[in-house]
Amino acid sequence: MSELRLMKGNEAIAEAAIRYGVDGYFGYPITPQSEVMETLMDLRPWESTGMVVLQAESEIASINMMYGGAGCGKKVMTSSSSPGISLMQEGLSYLAGAELPCVVVNVVRGGPGLGTIQPAQSDYAQAVNGGGHGDYNLIVLAPSSVQEMADFVELAFELAFKYRNPAMILSDGMIGQMMEKVELKPQKTRMSNEEIAEKYPWATTGKPSSRERNIITSVELDPYAFERFNNKVQAKYKQMHKEDVRFEQFQCEDAEYLLVAYGSSARICQKSVQLLREKGIKAGLLRPITLFPFPGVELEKLAGQVKGMLAVELSAGQLVRDVRLAVNGKVPVEHFGRMGGVIHSPEEVVEALEKNFLKG
Amino acid sequence: MNEEIIIAGFGGQGVLSMGKILAYSGVMQGMEVSWMPSYGPEMRGGTANVTVILSDSRISSPILRKYDTAIILNQQSMDKFEQTVKPGGLLVYDGNGITRHPERDDINIYRVDAAEEASKMQSAKTFNMIVLGGYLKINPVVTMENVMNGLKKSLPDRHHHLLPLNEAAIKRGTEIVQEIATV
Repeated sequence: MSELRLMKGNEAIAEAAIRYGVDGYFGYPITPQSEVMETLMDLRPWESTGMVVLQAESEIASINMMYGGAGCGKKVMTSSSSPGISLMQEGLSYLAGAELPCVVVNVVRGGPGLGTIQPAQSDYAQAVNGGGHGDYNLIVLAPSSVQEMADFVELAFELAFKYRNPAMILSDGMIGQMMEKVELKPQKTRMSNEEIAEKYPWATTGKPSSRERNIITSVELDPYAFERFNNKVQAKYKQMHKEDVRFEQFQCEDAEYLLVAYGSSARICQKSVQLLREKGIKAGLLRPITLFPFPGVELEKLAGQVKGMLAVELSAGQLVRDVRLAVNGKVPVEHFGRMGGVIHSPEEVVEALEKNFLKG
Repeated sequence: MNEEIIIAGFGGQGVLSMGKILAYSGVMQGMEVSWMPSYGPEMRGGTANVTVILSDSRISSPILRKYDTAIILNQQSMDKFEQTVKPGGLLVYDGNGITRHPERDDINIYRVDAAEEASKMQSAKTFNMIVLGGYLKINPVVTMENVMNGLKKSLPDRHHHLLPLNEAAIKRGTEIVQEIATV
């Protein structure tokens, strides 16, 4: 039975994780995402579904616990905010290198450094480019509502297991801290060890006499073998671009100017589109839902229709690079965004679009 | 219907919980809602505010620069938010501690002396519910039945014995709210 509640984004993540049948959560507190673990501890899922919730001694420990759990074919997740996610990058590279599925939630705060606890989108480049060392990418989902915070837990796990690759839910302090109406899905049963052994033959579930040992590792010292491995991983990323690009269009049909924004900024931009249309300016919004794989093909199509694009993000200009690569000079692409925890208002976005494309 | 509200005051006045109860009342009434707090290292004595949006349709930006209604509970908030009310909009304030009263002549202004009333009721914690009652009297965006349902959902079970007290406070707010100026 589904259930309607008013919740914070962070609380929705925790509820959704339990209901989806996640096996383990490992994390370390940091504002503005601490409600994820607080809610899990409050709900005590170890008494109901058997889900493990563990406060590790650090983010580095959390991500390595994820490696262990994921290697056993378990559904494991962690959450943190920017400085904590930076600490996890080595582990994420190892998880990608060992082809292990897991879900990492980043409720972004302003950086660089310890920065601020206010919302930002300045971890975009880190998230979509892998973040750690080596040629790998994370599957990156960008929720723009509390409902999507809940729904994307399931989506992130489905994609992570489909591709055997870590997935990240890239949120921020605004979506994490705000409350909205959420419809929660009914409780699912966690997979049994037998089901895991059958469904995920790569997992270390104990060696039966019928097969060789499974080895979970990211080391390969033979360069030719390792190049073959890298090719295989790259083929997965190509497949993601074919099968799993997700985006939402808002009033794009007749748009002459396009805002491109994700997550919290996309919410603000929806209002900006309304304000622009009230002024007689035909604006639309493309909201990437998957930041990796990026909806570049769709943007390229729209490049033939609009006179200009404005990438709007709570950062100095990271998303804008992917937009420019996608349209490849076909149409002018400009950037607008506040930084350091300051959130732009819908009116500021309107002014930025007018300044860039309609004046002088 | 689309009502964009800012509630602002001191930390400890129940600003965030008042917003939550209002938002939950909206959920009970089948509306779309958003509740966006100013969050941070705020605690009792610091300033706190929350933006609540109640709407019949999908809500775009949860963060705004102009509001239909401002509910103002201290002088700092009056200084910061009086000018953010849209022309023709509503400003509701508690007169306690206000040294500069609102000066706008293009908005509707009401006063609800909730701090004084809460002290009379010998229940300081019902302050925010008195304010809520005052606001709902002027702008009944949600029915009283749904407010009570929202209140029930917002309060943990262990506090449900306080529901009648809160209901009385909301009712008191509807009685003591006074018109200062209307357009």
